[in-house]
Amino acid sequence: MRVPLSWLSEYVDLPAGTTAREVATALTRAGLEVETVTDVGYDVSGVVVGDVVEVTDLDEFKKPIRDCRVVVATGQAPRGIVCGARNFAVGDRVAVALPGAALPGGFEIGARKTYGRISDGMICSARELGVGDDHRGILVLPAGSPVGADVADLLHLRDSVIDIAVTPDRGYCLSVRGIAREAATAFRVGFRDPASVPPLVEPAQPEAQPAAIDDPAGADRIVLRAMSGVDPTRPTPPEMQRRLFLAGMRPISLPVDVTNYVMHELGQPLHAFDRRRLTGTVVVRRARPGERLLTLDHVERTVHPEDLLIADDSGPLSLAGTMGGLSSEVDDSTTGLVIEAVHFTAAAIARMSRRHALASEASQRFERGVDPELPPAASARAVRLLTELGGGTYTGSAEVDLPRARPEIALPAGLSGRIAGVAYDAETVVRRLTDVGCSVGGADPLTVTPPTWRPDLVDPYDLVEEVVRLEGYDRLPSVLPLTPAARGLTEDQRRRRAVSRALAATGYVEVLNHPFQSAEVLDALGVPVADDRRRLARLANPLSDQAPYLRTSLLPPLLQALRRNLSRGATDVALYEIGLVFLDRPGAPAAPRPSVEHPPSREELASLDAALPEQPLHVAAVLTGSREAQGWWGDGRPASWADAVEAARTVALAAGGAALTVEPADVAPWHPGRCAALSVDGRLIGHAGELHPRVTAALDLPPRTAAVELDLSALFAAQPGLVAAPQVSGFPPATQDVALVVDDDVPAAAVEDALREGAGDLLEAVRLFDVFAGEQIGRGRRSLAYALRFRAPDRTLTVQEATAARDAAVAEAARRTGAVLRS
Amino acid sequence: MSGPSNSYDPKQVAMLAPEALDAALTEAVKAFADAGHLDALAAVRPAHLGDRSPVALARRELGALPPQARADAGRRVNDARAAVQAAYDERLVALTDERDERVLREETVDVSLPWDRAARGARHPLTTVMERVTDIFVAMGYELAEGPEAEAEWFNFDALNIGPDHPARGMHDTLWLDPPERGVVLRTQTSPVQIRALLSRKLPLYVISPGRVYRDDPIDATHSPVFGQVEGLAVDEGITMAHLKGTLERFVQGMFGDGLRTRLRPSYFPFTEPSAELDFECFACRGESTRGGPPCRTCGSEGWIEWGGCGMVNPRVLRACGADPDRYTGFAFGMGLERALMFRHGITDMRDITDGDVRFTLPFGMEG
Repeated sequence: MRVPLSWLSEYVDLPAGTTAREVATALTRAGLEVETVTDVGYDVSGVVVGDVVEVTDLDEFKKPIRDCRVVVATGQAPRGIVCGARNFAVGDRVAVALPGAALPGGFEIGARKTYGRISDGMICSARELGVGDDHRGILVLPAGSPVGADVADLLHLRDSVIDIAVTPDRGYCLSVRGIAREAATAFRVGFRDPASVPPLVEPAQPEAQPAAIDDPAGADRIVLRAMSGVDPTRPTPPEMQRRLFLAGMRPISLPVDVTNYVMHELGQPLHAFDRRRLTGTVVVRRARPGERLLTLDHVERTVHPEDLLIADDSGPLSLAGTMGGLSSEVDDSTTGLVIEAVHFTAAAIARMSRRHALASEASQRFERGVDPELPPAASARAVRLLTELGGGTYTGSAEVDLPRARPEIALPAGLSGRIAGVAYDAETVVRRLTDVGCSVGGADPLTVTPPTWRPDLVDPYDLVEEVVRLEGYDRLPSVLPLTPAARGLTEDQRRRRAVSRALAATGYVEVLNHPFQSAEVLDALGVPVADDRRRLARLANPLSDQAPYLRTSLLPPLLQALRRNLSRGATDVALYEIGLVFLDRPGAPAAPRPSVEHPPSREELASLDAALPEQPLHVAAVLTGSREAQGWWGDGRPASWADAVEAARTVALAAGGAALTVEPADVAPWHPGRCAALSVDGRLIGHAGELHPRVTAALDLPPRTAAVELDLSALFAAQPGLVAAPQVSGFPPATQDVALVVDDDVPAAAVEDALREGAGDLLEAVRLFDVFAGEQIGRGRRSLAYALRFRAPDRTLTVQEATAARDAAVAEAARRTGAVLRS
Repeated sequence: MSGPSNSYDPKQVAMLAPEALDAALTEAVKAFADAGHLDALAAVRPAHLGDRSPVALARRELGALPPQARADAGRRVNDARAAVQAAYDERLVALTDERDERVLREETVDVSLPWDRAARGARHPLTTVMERVTDIFVAMGYELAEGPEAEAEWFNFDALNIGPDHPARGMHDTLWLDPPERGVVLRTQTSPVQIRALLSRKLPLYVISPGRVYRDDPIDATHSPVFGQVEGLAVDEGITMAHLKGTLERFVQGMFGDGLRTRLRPSYFPFTEPSAELDFECFACRGESTRGGPPCRTCGSEGWIEWGGCGMVNPRVLRACGADPDRYTGFAFGMGLERALMFRHGITDMRDITDGDVRFTLPFGMEG
């Protein structure tokens, strides 16, 4: 909402010399969001009123050119000015930019030769003066404008525009009227309500256009005012054009400009119909099946059965409160007008505006709520202006005014203070509510009737806000609440932090990707049809058609980020992400919309959650290039499947230390021979390993890129309770090494498990220190060398005891895995 | 060792003469000094301190002296021997120091050599800023509440007093799951977590919920369709706007520095009434840029930084969550985390935050 200060000042007695910035500051303090304050017209100089005394048409040029004699100072000789416009005549007053003048934007005028003549200045168009954007003709000033007068003064070109972002609760501030009221309160000065329009004098023989309301849910008041003899071709006064222009509207024609002007001033959208095009009763009604309407934007629209229309006996005239129809538009030949002013209900217009994706000056006012008392006043104001400026005659009105409930709010006298945390005396509360326009009665509770222009004031809390904001938020004290003892972070919240820190500490860089993906990427990853990762939730309005689904795995966006880093020149990259994935529930019912008057029932809550995709917390890491760099110390080490598995172990340890079981697996997108399934207590947590060569090729990633993804929600849930502390023995250890030969397909983890089981309680640690394959061992077999460390809690072990434990370990390994002790 | 001698042997007794002992000492000192390294010193040691050394032999002869002369000569021998030993020890220390110094010098390395063998990692600054915010509130007695990002329309809008026709729905460009009739959105704010917290926890309630939110916004230098937000909620008996103000002041000071002032400006949010926007004094210029100081890039020389919205929980929201608005009041606040990051670290392009370029994230290290 853009308000020129000059317009505002008509209705508020601002202290002399108050600047637009001071007004902006006061309005901000009162809760209006001032976006900008712009000074305009201060760069205009040297433009004066001229009297056209002679016009000579020059016809030797391709376009019509006129040589004019213009008097710019009483008693002086006329100046010769060449002009291309034809919309003025001898005797008209025009704006002349003298040589040396400056126009908006710093455009300087000099005497110059044009069309073979010296033009001693320039006759200005509305656009050149910043009055409007009409450039077809020059701006003809009102007759009687004093010759030689400064046009910038005359047209109030010097002004300041305050631009306010109006929040949805303050519909009344979409008008000069509303903002003037706030300014008057802020400065504690007088306010003149522009809606106090003197009643029209009813003609002796009224001749009105009949009106009706067929849909009381959509509108409760309609006023139609008919006029005859309006000349729509008369120019809109420059000052009115200027204000409309500064307010962000384009001057169009006198009837349209007047309705826009009144809307901007009062907040009541108006529509002017050409009376010749109306048949019978103008009615507010719902649309009928198959009805169509060509709107002012030249779009042929099929109306929805729930749309609210203004119609007459011939059919739809306009989308109510949203956009007019082309067929009944006012044109240059119009003489009979009908001014329509309706009070629509906010919800009806909001729905329709959303349905047609059409937001207009009118719809944004109606959906925020318009004062129901405005239709008669605003339409009367428009009639008066059109009578004065367009030479029209008022012929009569029709009105339907349905009863409206006016809420009365019981406000406990102390509530404002109780909410604010600072005491306000009863007088202050009453005065502030009165400032807003409420009528206040009673003592405690106060009986408050909000003004008709504040439909947002419904609850006691709404009134509290008015009191507190007008008294000033800066008056509130600053106090910390006494919070109850709390428990700090939950285990899972601490675990999540630990996982994040552990991965970063081991060389992974965290990224936070947008959680969107395509379906094709799953094909590239080789994800089978029946996989959980195919439980895709699609967005109805995706940000990009390339990624219309929510991610079901962290890997697609993470691999994309890896690719991005590589394309920017990085070679050794290790990334991780912790975030939600979205596994849709096929066939999930729609989410219910329970009442908000009371809490939802257990069943309603369950069905709310059942409508959502499953959203487990995952962690994933990807890496490529060198895991250890080559350097002056020697060789580097390429990143491999083993790093990915190790990252899983790092995560598991940080998450609480539950033992991670690592088993071979064949799962997309991993290499079938280099993929580990990771589980805790038999519950699958995720996978790690080297990516399938086809995947790295499809995603344009380096071969041997490795990746891990774990379900953190599942991992956290599988954590054991408290850690049982070990007994730390002070007796010396006994160490024994064994080399076991097993078939290639026996996992080392299985051998180690068997050794642990077989060795019993004396085993303190087991470590695989060598893997050997060669001819001595035989094809398809390998030798695993383990160091076993034994220790007893209460004595020094004898060699015999240690050997017996070792033999038991080897025997168990032999039994489970077919291991043979290498001799 | 010879036994006591009863005979007097003038030759042997001559070894006890003061001149002889002095000569032995002088000779020993010279020999030690001539030894240039520890091995040489060890080689000459027996000749001057060993069993056949002059001082050792002299001591042997003491028994040959008449008792009246023994004490005197004994003292001379002991003094001489101690002096030789001292000369040896001194030389030993000197040579050991020399050797150590040489060896250590030889072992010197270039400690400035890089050791970038293992790559460094880093946490995303948005993660650490969320933790920082959380810690400030946990220290004040809040608990961390979380919720789903794909959220029911009811939680994201209806329960927050944003009814189906509420103009505020237009303020949020919402991303909907397909089909929209399903009533599931990507949450446009962290406020639905408030509702979940109110429905699932006991009152009084003090929760903080940082998280990701979504808007149908094109990405550019200052907008992202996915961004971080933190929401706080306190519902208790007797909670006032003064408590809100005090809490936000503490929060701002914890994030940006002690002593910073805050300012509330009236505003509108459907789920709070009264509502306000939060500004805080620029931590970089502390308002100096508005009082004639040098221009400030952090606040654009406004002196204040706009950060978020807040207000007293609308009683309709409390009612929808089963909290009795006549007994309980509450406050809520929410702010953007990217914005905090941007002015805290001078980030000029929001895309850097989501791009995942390691060069952006690495300097933030573990704790940003």
